[in-house]
Amino acid sequence: MSRAAAVRTAARRRVRVDAARRLKLAEALLGADTAAACARQALAWLRESLGVQRGLCLFGPAESATVLMPMAAVGVPERRTAGFALDLEARNHPLVIATLGTTPVAFGTNGQPAPSTPLESYRYTAVPLHGRDSAYDLPVGLLLVTPVAADAHGDVAWLASLLGPRLTALRAALRGSESERRLRRERTLLHSIINAVTDPILLTDTEGRIIVANARAEALLAASEDESEGRRRAVALNNMLFSSALSHRAFGEAEPWRHELLLVDPSDGSDLLFELLSTVTVDPREGAGVVSVLRNVTDLRRATEEIEENYRRLRLAEADARAERDRLDLIIDSVADPILVTDPNGNIVMMNAPAERLFTADAAASEETRRAVQANDAHFSSFVSNLFFEAGVMRRSGAIGLVDPRTGEALPVEAISGKIVTEQGEVTAMVTILHDRTEELERARLYEQLKRASAELEQRVQEATAELSRQNELLRRSHIEVEQASAAKSQFLANMSHEFRTPLNAILGYTSMLLKGVAGELMPHQRRNLERVDSNAHHLLAIINDILDISRIEAGRMPLTVSAFAVRDLVGEVLAEVEPIIARSRLAITTLLPDDLPEITSDRQKVKQIVINFLTNALKFTAQGSVDVAARYLPGEDVVVVAVADTGIGIAPEDQERIFEDFRQADSSPTREYTGAGLGLAICRRLAGMLDGAIELTSELGRGSTFTLRLPRVVKRA
Amino acid sequence: MTPLVLVVDDFPDNRDMYMQYLEFSGLRVAEAQNGHEALEQAFTLLPDLIVMDLSLPGLDGWEATRRLKADPRTRSIPVIALTGHALAGHSKGAIDAGCDAFITKPCLPERLLEEIRKMLDGRPRTLRED
Repeated sequence: MSRAAAVRTAARRRVRVDAARRLKLAEALLGADTAAACARQALAWLRESLGVQRGLCLFGPAESATVLMPMAAVGVPERRTAGFALDLEARNHPLVIATLGTTPVAFGTNGQPAPSTPLESYRYTAVPLHGRDSAYDLPVGLLLVTPVAADAHGDVAWLASLLGPRLTALRAALRGSESERRLRRERTLLHSIINAVTDPILLTDTEGRIIVANARAEALLAASEDESEGRRRAVALNNMLFSSALSHRAFGEAEPWRHELLLVDPSDGSDLLFELLSTVTVDPREGAGVVSVLRNVTDLRRATEEIEENYRRLRLAEADARAERDRLDLIIDSVADPILVTDPNGNIVMMNAPAERLFTADAAASEETRRAVQANDAHFSSFVSNLFFEAGVMRRSGAIGLVDPRTGEALPVEAISGKIVTEQGEVTAMVTILHDRTEELERARLYEQLKRASAELEQRVQEATAELSRQNELLRRSHIEVEQASAAKSQFLANMSHEFRTPLNAILGYTSMLLKGVAGELMPHQRRNLERVDSNAHHLLAIINDILDISRIEAGRMPLTVSAFAVRDLVGEVLAEVEPIIARSRLAITTLLPDDLPEITSDRQKVKQIVINFLTNALKFTAQGSVDVAARYLPGEDVVVVAVADTGIGIAPEDQERIFEDFRQADSSPTREYTGAGLGLAICRRLAGMLDGAIELTSELGRGSTFTLRLPRVVKRA
Repeated sequence: MTPLVLVVDDFPDNRDMYMQYLEFSGLRVAEAQNGHEALEQAFTLLPDLIVMDLSLPGLDGWEATRRLKADPRTRSIPVIALTGHALAGHSKGAIDAGCDAFITKPCLPERLLEEIRKMLDGRPRTLRED
C-alpha cells in the first residue's frame, strides 16, 4: 500500500466534522495562493472545527530542501517558533521518522516520548504532509497538533491529505516562478555583460545569419529603416564583408580561427580594421553556430605602421648618417691640407692622408724620417694643448715650423684649431687644419719686392713728373720770353725803322734840295757824286721798308685793303713804274693779257707789290733775252694766274726753296754780283699767303726762271 | 700875302731842311721844336698851315693837334701830320686828332711842298686874306 493510499484509508476511518466544514476548508485551501496562507487556513480550521489548542506547520520550502522550517502556527507565540528547524538528515530523530512515514504518529502516549517542539506540550500528534503522487519525493512538511478528540483523528488525516498536495503544488508554483525570474535576470546580466564588451561579438548560424549581436556589433552590422542612407549603405557593406569573411571558415575546424577584416565605421565612414576571431559552438538544442569576436586593431595597425615608419626613417637616417660620414671621410681625405682631430688628452684620433704624411712613419722608415715625424708631433701637440687649456677661446691660429719627413725640408704651416664643444660646454675634440705657408711666404716675399719696385718706380715717376713740370715751367717761361722777345723784336724793328727814317729823311731831303739847285748850280762831278748819295740813300730806304714790311706781317699788323680791280690795268701800272729799268736793259718785254681776264677782288697794293718784285727780279737777273708777263684765268679753280718768265741765270734746284727765306739770295757770298737785301721773295710769299694765294717757281740754272702768282678770284678774308 | 707855314719837328735837321726848301719855294716859315712851342707859335702867329711831326717830346703832335682843333682861333688852320712810324694805327690816330693830311717819312721836301700847295689851294681865299 502506498503512503497516499494509507493516508486516505486513515481519513475515511475516523471522521467527526461534517461535509460543509470540510468544503469550507477545501475552499480556503484552494483560495490561498501561498504556502504560508494555506497553512494558516489549515491551522485555523483545526482550531475552529476540532478544537486544537496549539498547532504548528513545518514546511520544506524547496523540493530539494532537507530542513523543515516553521511556516504557520496556532496557539503558539511567534518567539517560540523562531529558530526552530527540523533537519531531515537526522534520520533517527523521532519527528524525522514521523515525517518520512505515511501515517500520523502520536507522541506522549503509549510510552512514546515526545521530542521538544515549539508546542511545549508532552503530548501531540505529528502528521506527515506529502504530495499527491510523489511517493519518492521528500515530504513537503509536518503538521504538529496537540491532542484532539479520538473521533477527530480521521479529520486531521483528511486535512493532511488535502494540505500536503496543496502545499506541494504551491511550492512547485513558487519554485517555477522563481527559476523563471532567475533565468531572466541571468539573461539580462549576460546581455549587459556582452554589451559591455567594447569588441563586437556575434553569434551566427551556419548560414551566416546573425542570431545574437552585442551593441557594438549592432552599430556596425544593423541599421533600421529610419537611419541615413550613408549609414545603411555602410552597414550593408559591412554585412557583406563580414559574411564573406565567415564564408571562408570551414565548420569542421574546432580551433578558433583568426582573420583580418576591414570594415567601415557607419558613423563617420572611416576605415576600421578588425581582427576576426571566430569559434564554432555546438548546442544540443540549437545546433552548430559561430561565435565571432571582432577586435579593433585599427589603432594597433596605425601604431604598428607608425613604428614601422619610424623604423624605416631611423634606417634612412642611419643610412644618411653613414653616407654623410663616408662623404665627410672622402672630403677630409680629398682636402690637400692636413686635417687632424685630437681628443682632450692630446691624442690624435683621426687624420687625413696629407696629415699622415707629416705625422706618421712606418717601421721601415729611415731614422731621419722618424725624427722629423716626432718633431712634427711635438710641435703640433704643444700648439694644440695650449688651446685646450685656454678657457673661453674657441679658435686659434698660429704658425708652426714643421718639417717634411720625405724631403727633410722646412715646412712652415699655419695651423687653425677649433674646439668641438658639447651642449654642456665640454670640449670633446679639437679639429686642426694645417695650411702650407711656403707659397704664401714666397708670395709675400715677391709682393714685398713688387711693392719696393713699385715704390721705386713711383718715386722715379714722381721725379720724372717733377722734372717734366719743371721743364714745362721752363718751357712756358721761355715761351713767354720768346713771345716777349718776338714782340720786343717787332717793336724794336718798328722803332729802328723810325729811327732810320728820321736821319734818312734828312739825307734824302738835303740831297734832293742840292740836286734841285737850292744851294746854287752844281759842278757836273758834284752832281754825279750827289746822285750816288741819293741812289744809295734810296736803296737804304728800300731795305728799311722791306724790313718794316716783314715785321709788320709778323706782328700781324699788315692791314688788308680789299677791292675789285682789273689785272690788266695793274700789270700796265707795274710796267709803267719799272719803265726806267726796262729802258736801261736791252731786253724784249712781252705781255700776254687775254681780253676775257675777269676782275679780281683782292688787295690791289699787295698784288702790285708782288708783281713789281717778280718783274724787277726778272730784269735784275736777266742779262739778255726776254721777260714775258702773262696773266690768265683758270675757271675750274676760279683762280687768276700772273706769271713772269725770264731767260736769266736761273736758280739751281737746291736753291729754289732757299730764295724764299729771309735775307737770302741764291748767292749769299759777300762778293755776290747782285745787290738787294734778299727780302723781296720772302715778303712776296707772305703777302700771297695773306691773299689766300701761292707763289710757284720753275727754274733751270742758266736757262731762266718763271715765277707764278696764283690768286683766288675773290679773296675770302675781308 | 705870302702864306705862313709853321713847321713843327724836334729833329733840327729835318726842320731846317723843310724850312729851307719851303722858303726857297717862296713861302714864309716859322718853326717849333715841341708841342708846347707849337701851340704858342700857332696862337701867336696864326699860320696858314701847320706841318706837324707827331713824335714830339713833352706834348706830342697828336695832343697838340687836338688842342689846336679845339680852339676856335686855330680850328680852321690845316694840319699836315708827318711821322716816321709807318705802322698802321698812326695815321688813324692822326686823323682822329684832327689832322687834315698824313704823310709818312721819308718825305722829300718837294713832296711836302706839293701837299702844302694842295691844301692851301683848297682853302677859301677870304680866310687867307684874314
